[in-house]
Amino acid sequence: MDFNSPDFEELYQSIILDHSRKPRNFGELPEASVTASGDNPSCGDAITLQLRFDPADAQKLAEVKFHGDGCSICMASASMMTTKIKGRTRNEAEALRGSFQSMLTLNHGSADEAAPPPPKELGDLRLLQGVRKFPQRIKCATLAWHALHQALSEDAAKRVTFDIEGKGQPAR
Amino acid sequence: MHQIDWAALRRDFPILNQDVHGRPLVYLDSAASAQRPLQVLDAITHYYEHDHANVHRGIHELSNRATAAYEAARTRTAQFLNAASADEIVFTRGTTESINLVASAWGGRHVKRGDVILLTELEHHANLLPWQMLAQRTGATLRYVPVLGDSGLLDLAQLDSLLTPEVKVFAFTHISNTMATINPVAELCRRAREVGATTLVDAAQSAGHHPLDVREIGCDFLVFSSHKILGPTGLGVLYGRAEKLDETPPWQTGGEMIVSVDWHQASFKPAPHRFEAGTPHIAGAVGLHAALDYLDNVGRQAIFEHDQALARHAYERLRELGGVRLLGPTDGNRAGLVSFLLDDAHAHDVVTMADVKFGLALRGGHHCNQPLHRKLGVRSSARASFYFYNTREEVDLLIDAVAEIQKFFCRGL
Ligand SMILES: Cc1ncc(COP(=O)(O)O)c(C=O)c1O
Repeated sequence: MDFNSPDFEELYQSIILDHSRKPRNFGELPEASVTASGDNPSCGDAITLQLRFDPADAQKLAEVKFHGDGCSICMASASMMTTKIKGRTRNEAEALRGSFQSMLTLNHGSADEAAPPPPKELGDLRLLQGVRKFPQRIKCATLAWHALHQALSEDAAKRVTFDIEGKGQPAR
Repeated sequence: MHQIDWAALRRDFPILNQDVHGRPLVYLDSAASAQRPLQVLDAITHYYEHDHANVHRGIHELSNRATAAYEAARTRTAQFLNAASADEIVFTRGTTESINLVASAWGGRHVKRGDVILLTELEHHANLLPWQMLAQRTGATLRYVPVLGDSGLLDLAQLDSLLTPEVKVFAFTHISNTMATINPVAELCRRAREVGATTLVDAAQSAGHHPLDVREIGCDFLVFSSHKILGPTGLGVLYGRAEKLDETPPWQTGGEMIVSVDWHQASFKPAPHRFEAGTPHIAGAVGLHAALDYLDNVGRQAIFEHDQALARHAYERLRELGGVRLLGPTDGNRAGLVSFLLDDAHAHDVVTMADVKFGLALRGGHHCNQPLHRKLGVRSSARASFYFYNTREEVDLLIDAVAEIQKFFCRGL
């Protein structure tokens, strides 16, 4: 069987597969400051993201964990995201989220060449740029990031769950 | 029975003759939407090239032709279902709209607080949410006939305790779009009649795949979509037994469906026109007519057996692979589709790799059966669904693909 399909190879690079098979920071965070769940109603992927802020510096994400179930792209993106934002400030995490989102959706629909080079600060997360070529999978890659945005937004303090369409509702 | 040349039939479907991602397309997603043969495409083109005008309004030649074509499609549909009369056939936008019409208009009039709406756990969201809305609106209660785990079979031993005289309506699918279960619809309708419950059969997955006779089934309502049975999108059918349509008030209102309109009141036509407000999908009906002719020309029993043989073959070969969780009946008594999960790969990854690497069109997700998937502890599954234009070689290709997908996602563990 030949596996020479550039788009496919780009989507499922070994680092991505490695994160999906062995997700980092996977599990529950007992003393979470905030919990947010992301749900992808069309495919059933669901992940929960938990953050703990540094007691000495409420801006700093001292601990980050996630759990849930999703496809390899969803899991890899969540795993790579947690390694990237741990130890960062709220603002830094929010900025990374913006960069990641833009990498996948900016100029979407135009020729691939029009995709701007992803910012260096995304590090390994840049490997997920291949998802652009699979429009149906973009929401898989952004699920964890939607949860992050929710967790960092104002009302996150009262713990919210939301679906990817962004309709927030109080957690049960 | 005459020998059917399935390969020749396949050539009627130009869309199947193409490459995707550099490989010949293998279309295994007909349960989501079937493809159209040339005969259907030609009928639609012919209609637009020669006969189109609005129906029922004009008195000129083209309007007469369009009206005749539209009403001929209704008569043909009645015949296809063995309905007693063409007046029992309402054209809608699809299965979903047909069920919404029944739940809103018939249900709104006849279902009251304290009544029970009985469904099954197999139902597509289209045959669940309209009833859930009705229950919320009226204060009626929802009950579900449970599914016996991965087998996809209904737990009919519980029917006695569920199908009680409080049940006002019993709505169920003929063939499950996820589990491939074939429900004993005539038996379920007979049981419902014993308690005076009105029945609705969701025939979305059976209309083009299985013989269907509404009088033999004994249902009050039966619904399906044109696009799943070789016809155009945007058209559906609601069969309603005359007595049931008569007791259903108008739903959407507007042009075509009235007898007389005054500033403050109006009177409405009898069924079926009472339920067809506005300009209908005339070309859709013309296409459906051609689709029904095509299907009956091949023979629905033969199609059923063909698709079932492919599904059995797929089921057996997937089982032999190992590391595969298979949904639906284990005894081969299934319709022409197979849903499965791989131990090592998520359904999305399966579908993406099948597409990009093998040219296979599969479905992945919860197939609009979210509560059922939840009950089974499954977030999403992959589904291969077959039609008479599919071949045994295509099933074998699916198996090769699944074996490669297993290897790929296992690698490095
Ligand atoms: C069993 C069943 N019911 C209802 C539907 C809804 O059909 P439509 O989307 O054409 O209205 C489907 C289609 O997926 C189905 O498989």
